[in-house]
Formats: sequence, structure tokens, C-alpha cells
Amino acid sequence: MKDRTYGTPLPGVSEEPLTGRLIVVEGADASGRSTEVEILREWLEIEGHPVVDTGLRRSTLVSEQIDRAKEGHTLGGATLALLYATDFADQLENKILPSLAAGSTVLADRYIYTLMARAVVRGASREWAQRLYGFALRPDLTVFLDARPEILMHRAISKYGSLDYWESGMDLSISSDRFESFLEYQTRLRHEFGWMEEPYGFRLIDANRRPDQVHRDVAEIVRPLFETPPEKKRRTPVPPTSRLRRAGSE
Amino acid sequence: MADPSSHVHGYPGRLLVFEGLDGSGKSTQARLLGKWLSSQGYRVFHTEWNSSELVSNIIRRGKKKGLLTPTTFSLLHATDFADRFERQILPPLRAGYLVVCDRYSYTAFVRDSARGCDSAWVRNIYDFAPSPDRTYYFRVPVAVTLRRKLASRLKISYYEAGMDLGLSDDITESYLKFQGRLKREYDRMVTPDAFTVIDAERPVERIQMDLRLDLRPLLEDFPTGETLQHEG
Repeated sequence: MKDRTYGTPLPGVSEEPLTGRLIVVEGADASGRSTEVEILREWLEIEGHPVVDTGLRRSTLVSEQIDRAKEGHTLGGATLALLYATDFADQLENKILPSLAAGSTVLADRYIYTLMARAVVRGASREWAQRLYGFALRPDLTVFLDARPEILMHRAISKYGSLDYWESGMDLSISSDRFESFLEYQTRLRHEFGWMEEPYGFRLIDANRRPDQVHRDVAEIVRPLFETPPEKKRRTPVPPTSRLRRAGSE
Repeated sequence: MADPSSHVHGYPGRLLVFEGLDGSGKSTQARLLGKWLSSQGYRVFHTEWNSSELVSNIIRRGKKKGLLTPTTFSLLHATDFADRFERQILPPLRAGYLVVCDRYSYTAFVRDSARGCDSAWVRNIYDFAPSPDRTYYFRVPVAVTLRRKLASRLKISYYEAGMDLGLSDDITESYLKFQGRLKREYDRMVTPDAFTVIDAERPVERIQMDLRLDLRPLLEDFPTGETLQHEG
């Protein structure tokens, strides 16, 4: 199991061969991520591939607790980071791994990278976050939709009419002005995604553009994954651990 | 015994940790010690790490649905500990209290290792919790904890017996095996984690006297509540 994950084996989990593919779509809120996941799912299903989607805060085990905790704004940084990690671990073990073992393509609308970026922006060290998520499965492909914070802000406002408390990082007390806070928070997150790009093998997509333009690029990267027959494909296209360590010691 | 002058976390308070198996008597000792320290004029904050309602509920539900694995079990407890640490332990430590912790991160290290989690991974998770000024490890044979448990008519719980590991179908036998694993993990940490080992088979009063004696050097320059609140 060690090679399938980022260094930490998952105890008590059987090592069935994983014939499905794990595709991760990462990006900030309003980066067009969920839209792209939807289009991708539709496209893959039309092509004849069974797709299971997954995201953050959807586990049966703790998602309710996360919602309640966020409502009250009562949890500290380490606590919230670990609650998210529990949620992720539960989905990994009870949803992602079984689906991959059954040969499905798992489309992840965000993955550990968002959780790591959030934790680090809230005071955790990069090394702590990387080690915490050492048990995560290495995706076959991680697409990162990169958009400038100003673009994100305009999209968020046209979509929701206002800026969300958490997506503006208001809990960080950066600024009492939500616009200012949003821009600064998203800039910090983008910076964290920036250092992950190389060690975690992100495929960067310019998401400042329209959804159809974004999808054309994403489809081009995804297509080759399905050209190799499932039984012959290599499981881990992601970089060796030595590079991971170098990034962590920064 | 640890160097009395070592003070690693840098906060004005002091962290006194009580560790050991269930039924080792550590909770009784922690309470008695807290009482005495308060009576001496020190600001004392007592905290216990038993599963909170939140975590117990999640665990109960997860168990019913068969969702819990060593990893989620470990992370759930880490979440609970982090909440206690950020809410209950850190604030009094920063305010200059003597913080008495009935169980600390070591409880998680032994339990998670016994369940097969990677110990370096578990240690990293608890990195935010500073090393204590004193860690008293109440060492006692597993058979003694079982005898004490049965004598007080307490039931052995599912997770306490490690029934999820399938060591035995018989709960008592599973308890002995699982608690034996925990004890071996504790014993392994004695030197690297600078535990002060307490022979917990001795009478309660004797152990309490030893603890009070052992704490004297640590308390020598430590301010009482009176000196913290009023100058001159």
C-alpha cells in the first residue's frame, strides 16, 4: 500500500488491485471547478466509463459535525484541520478505494490539497500537513484550475451576490472588510497551491477563461488516461517521495 | 526521573501529565494531587481526556455502520484531543496555571500503535501538543487492572477490550491481550519520552506522598495565585 499512498500505509485496508482511475479537480471556489467536474462526468459517461464522484465534507461519519462546527465558528485551527482529515479518511476508505477496486473512475471535486492549503494558511506547517495526509491515495491525475483572486471575486459575487464568510477567510481576522479579506485569503491559498504544483504533479489549467475553453484543455489531458487498457496502466504517475520531502523541508 | 529544571514548552504554566492503563489509579492520584496543589495556593487546572460526547456519538454511529477503521478512529480521537488542547489546556498554560492532565497524547500513541497505525504518522499529528514538564506513568500489570475492574463491577467496553481487532471472541481474553499491547507501548516510551515511572501496585497514600515530594523542585520558584494577582 505504501506506493499507492504518499508514504503512510493504511492499516486494516485490504490491498486489492485498484483498476479504476482517480482524477482530481482542484481549484478555489468559483474557479469553475464544479462546472468542470460536471462536464467531465457527463463526457466520461458518454464514453462508457462508470464514474463515481466525491468531494469534501461528504462523509457519513462526520460531515454533520463539520457543518455544525462551522456554524458556531467555535473550533481552533488544529481541531478543524483534523476534523477535515477524518472526513477525508472516511471517504477514502469507504468510498474512493472500494469504487476504484470495482473499476470505476473516481472524480474528486477537491482533494487533500485544498485541505492542506487551508490548514497551512491557518497556521499549520507545510510539513505537518503533508505528513498528516501521507495516507492519501496518489491520484492518476490532478488538474488544478488556476484563476486570479480578482476573477474569483467577480465570479463569486455574480453567482451568490455576496462573498462567503469561509471563502473570504473571515475567521483569520485578516481584515474586517470582506472584499479585502477575500482577496488576501485567496492570494494566500493560491500561494500554497503554488508550492504543491511540482511535488504533487499538478497539471495547471488557466481557469481565467470560459468553461468551454477550460474543458477543452482538461479533456486533452484526461483522454490519454483512458487510451491505455485498465489492466496495463501504471498506478502512480505522481513524483517520487524524495521530491516530496524536499518540498516539505522548505 | 526527568531533570527538574527542564522546561521545554516555554509557556509560563506547567504541564503535569498522568498516563497509564485504565484501572492503574492515575485518575485518583491526579485528583488528590490537584487538591493538594490548590490548597498550597497554586492556580490549578484539572483536565481529563475521556471521549467527549461528540466523539462518542460519532464512534457509536460509525461502529453500527461498520465504518470505523484504525485511521478514522485515530483521527477522530486526535480531533477531540486538539479541541481539548486548544480550548482547555493551552489557555491555562499560557495564563500560568499548573495544568494537571489525566491522559495526554501518549494515550493516543499507545492506542493507535496497538491498532496498527504508523507511529511516526501518529506522532506527527500530535505535534501541536508540547512535551509535559512531568509525565507520571502508572505502571501496573494488566491482570491487576482487570481485577480492580471486576471488583468495582465495571463492565469491559468494546473498544477498551480492542474487540474491533478480532484478537479473541471472548471479551475478557481480548481485554487482556489488547491491554497487554498498550502496556508494552507505554513501557517502550519510558526512556525516550522521559516518563517518571510510578509503581502503581503500592498503596494510594504512599504513591501520593511520592508525587508531592517529586514535585517540590519544580514548584520552588513557581508563583502562587496570590503573587500572580497582586503585586508587592
